[in-house]
Amino acid sequence: MAEVVMRIWRGDSDGGQFEEYPTEVYEGEVVLDVVHHVQAGPAPDLACRWNCKAGKCGSCSAEINGLPRLMCMTRMDTLPEGEPVTIAPMRTFPIIRDLVTDVSFNYEMARRLPPFAPREPDADGIYRMQQIDVERGQEFRKCIECFMCQDVCHVIRDHEENKTNYAGPRMFIRYMELESHPLDTNDRRELLRQEMGIGFCNITKCCTEVCPEHIKITDNAIIPLKERVVDASYDPISWLGRKITRRTKKSAAEAANYRTDPMMSKSQ
Amino acid sequence: MSTQEGIRPAPVPLVLGGARGGPNVKTLRKDAWKRTPLFTAIYLAAFVIYATWAAFQNGNYYVGASAHRDLISPFYSPCIAASCSAGARGSFYLHWWTYSPAIVILIIPLGFRVTCYYYRKAYYRSFWLSPPACGVADSHAKYTGETRFPLILQNIHRYFFVLGLLLNIILTADAINAFRMPGDGGIGVSVGTLVLCVNAILLWAYSISCHACRHLCGGNVKQFSKHPIKYRFWKFVTPLNGRHMQLAWASLTFVALSDLYVRLVASGVFSDPKIF
Repeated sequence: MAEVVMRIWRGDSDGGQFEEYPTEVYEGEVVLDVVHHVQAGPAPDLACRWNCKAGKCGSCSAEINGLPRLMCMTRMDTLPEGEPVTIAPMRTFPIIRDLVTDVSFNYEMARRLPPFAPREPDADGIYRMQQIDVERGQEFRKCIECFMCQDVCHVIRDHEENKTNYAGPRMFIRYMELESHPLDTNDRRELLRQEMGIGFCNITKCCTEVCPEHIKITDNAIIPLKERVVDASYDPISWLGRKITRRTKKSAAEAANYRTDPMMSKSQ
Repeated sequence: MSTQEGIRPAPVPLVLGGARGGPNVKTLRKDAWKRTPLFTAIYLAAFVIYATWAAFQNGNYYVGASAHRDLISPFYSPCIAASCSAGARGSFYLHWWTYSPAIVILIIPLGFRVTCYYYRKAYYRSFWLSPPACGVADSHAKYTGETRFPLILQNIHRYFFVLGLLLNIILTADAINAFRMPGDGGIGVSVGTLVLCVNAILLWAYSISCHACRHLCGGNVKQFSKHPIKYRFWKFVTPLNGRHMQLAWASLTFVALSDLYVRLVASGVFSDPKIF
């Protein structure tokens, strides 16, 4: 057992400050355990989200010593000994109270994401895919929506005005999952370029660094999407190839409104 | 109206603003976050200074038959200027270019590395400070990323990649030529031979691990099962792509060391030792 000083942000939209709570720490504890000690002792009104305590629900995201991390997955013995542990709410999102933020920006960006638009099933009504066709997207399914990648991304963390047209790393992995899906028929490249702000990303890889699921967000999603956008908009040889083969690309508006409903068309 | 349209809620206007939590400070980090961008800035600046100096030397870049060797600096190959020394120049050259040939040649590797996805991270963090480190505030009031000129030109990376491959072929030929020992028994291996061979291997590894290469050789397809050859290429390139940063640093370092080695031998500081 040791004692540590927890510096925790207390406040709401009207303002706040760090308050210090000297607390006992037991062997093997994580930051969330110690926050619970604080709640059980000197600050029973301390607000913080948590749920699974196993790094799978993505609820307890916070900034521990200045870096976005899951409180339930950050062991106290990995933090500098003898120094206060600073815990602040995620900086990018509006605060509700103490460590709880309003992450509805992410839900709105998810709503704007054109959904899976499958082709028609095979003649016998079955969709067939091979493992090698879907393995790229499987990595992205590990996302627990902790939104720490969104939080650390300086495009919106330091520039609030970009929030209107920047989907962010968490949404980009979903875009890449759909764009590389063998059954999907939509073409979201112009939408990504014009309205979802793929060009804002400057590949500084902080999203990858903070991802608790170790998803290679930049290498496997953002850069491949950027290259697909280059195919669609910046590569004159690709443009010539499209002209010769008479292939078209969907405009941003077409992609945003594109829907398929093969089950209904089958029944008609 | 389809079922999907029926269950899909309409986008709502995004409400901006709202008070943020935490103090208004640049960062709450207390670890040594300045170390990596500082080291990167110093290393890249040192390379740029050395490469600029070497490119304008216009001399001591070739060790020829008089020293029983055939070694050319990677900064000066292919030597396509009128001023190139006889042994270094091929049959094609720009007769109107009388300045250092390195100035022409280095445009390709410079463009390839400047637009490289890894180096973008390195210099955006260390020189642009946008951001200098994760969880540290961006040093600019406005930010448009790579959506406008000039940074929108980063999208031509794939063209520099292709040009870089052509240059790699030439540098590989140089490495093979380095096995020649003119006037000294035909074929052999010297330290210079090994230096140019390692340089060529690292440049190939760096180029093939590039993200544009990974996209062009298979990443651009939607259904791998319909493109089995592209899938094989993609599977080969993907693990290398995971080492792109290390290969970027190794090849950058070694290309400068290769030039330095040839320069020292050509200027007579020491002779190139023959191994066998």
